[in-house]
Amino acid sequence: MNTILFRTLQADSNTAKTGTVSFEFEGRLLTAPGGISVAAALMQNQVLQFRDSPVSGQPRAPYCQMGICFECLVQINGVQNRQACMITIEEGMKIRMQHGQTAFTIVQTGDAK
Amino acid sequence: MHNTDIIVIGGGIVGSSVAYGLARHGARVTMLDEGDIAFRASRGNFGLVWVQGKGYGFSPYARWTMQSARQWPALASELTQRTGIDPFLQQPGGFIFFTNQADMDARVHLMQSIQASIDEKYDYTLLSPAEIRKHIPAIGPKVIGACYTPMDGHANPLRLLPALQQGALQLGVDYRYNNQVQAIDRQAGRFVVSTAAGEQFSGSKVVLCAGLGNRHLGQFVGLDVPVTPNQGQVMIGERCAPFLSYPTMHVRQTNEGTIQIGDSLEDVGYDDTTRLSLQQAIAQRAIDYFPVLADMRIVRCWAALRIMSPDGMPIYQESADMPGAYVVTCHSGVTLAANHVFTIPGWILHGESAGMIAPFSSERFRVPNEAQS
Repeated sequence: MNTILFRTLQADSNTAKTGTVSFEFEGRLLTAPGGISVAAALMQNQVLQFRDSPVSGQPRAPYCQMGICFECLVQINGVQNRQACMITIEEGMKIRMQHGQTAFTIVQTGDAK
Repeated sequence: MHNTDIIVIGGGIVGSSVAYGLARHGARVTMLDEGDIAFRASRGNFGLVWVQGKGYGFSPYARWTMQSARQWPALASELTQRTGIDPFLQQPGGFIFFTNQADMDARVHLMQSIQASIDEKYDYTLLSPAEIRKHIPAIGPKVIGACYTPMDGHANPLRLLPALQQGALQLGVDYRYNNQVQAIDRQAGRFVVSTAAGEQFSGSKVVLCAGLGNRHLGQFVGLDVPVTPNQGQVMIGERCAPFLSYPTMHVRQTNEGTIQIGDSLEDVGYDDTTRLSLQQAIAQRAIDYFPVLADMRIVRCWAALRIMSPDGMPIYQESADMPGAYVVTCHSGVTLAANHVFTIPGWILHGESAGMIAPFSSERFRVPNEAQS
């Protein structure tokens, strides 16, 4: 599917100042203007699925884009369940889709018998 | 004027349980709900179906709570079948953790006292850290012991409320939303309830299930309902892979993976806003119990108001001045939902189970002098 769903309406006059950043999404090297949110940066690159629901397994993507709905969760630099719409894209970020629930590694303490 | 048999005032978990239960008994019921401007403890609570520790010094409450916990599976399956909304009851037993000996000793005293006061089985076990770890591997090193009873459980209150409301609607309850009650009058042997929406409802009986609002509403029908707000704050964590198979007093994991952390007890009047310092203390206690939660992301937090009577136990009372007017109020609407569906309606309609319900009369708050005068 090559349909362009998202594009930047107006080039930011500050692009000269903020420059362009490169980042990874699922191992792909992508670029976006600096200063925009991770969610905007991904959508500009036509990323249409950010995560799947841990309850129903359905694919999900950003909805409210103001920090309320938690639909845009991704993994950023190894930290799970981060809100892509609330975080500014940065050079070198490694972003992955959020699959399912956060899994804890339980380290046994004390004398487990 | 709308005519009905019974007017239930309040559309939260307590009101919806009673309205559903009354309709189940064949009564014609109108349920008046203030709407989402209400304080709505039904949407802010912790979701426990909890038995252990309740009824210290007042054994009727211990027995009443145990009965509701026993009846909960029947309620959950009936609601699921009738409405398709499963309230996700789980009753694997529950834990309370201790990080110091004094708290643990106090608990032992409390549990022994309750056990001795009732004439039925009341199982509890004290567990060492090694024993806890067999059931809950994520327990942290600060925990020195736990009290476990097989009677405890939890449900999803955000599904219980719509299941009760949907069930009530299916049984023909006339559910009136955004209908805050302003006055209750007695006219020609019937109760006439007027709402802010300008409507009037007439019924042969009226049941107050309006939580903190019962204090004010009781005055119209000669019922003394000395309930006050008690604030509790909770935090909601991200959805995590299953790590905790049992409800505990302060941390639980829902069937959908969400982690709920509570709680606090604070007398701050009708304030339902959160405070950062209290949230930090709640989070720290959860991390003391489960160090792995230190990395968990918090997605929401909120405060809600418990409906507390002077001794913390429910109030069930028919008005002496105006028979036919009842109050049903408590801070444990989830735990007691099964009793409010299966037992309270028979009492309101036919005076059944009066012996079991009589101890919860608000007469117990009257000081002796006042009672004599």
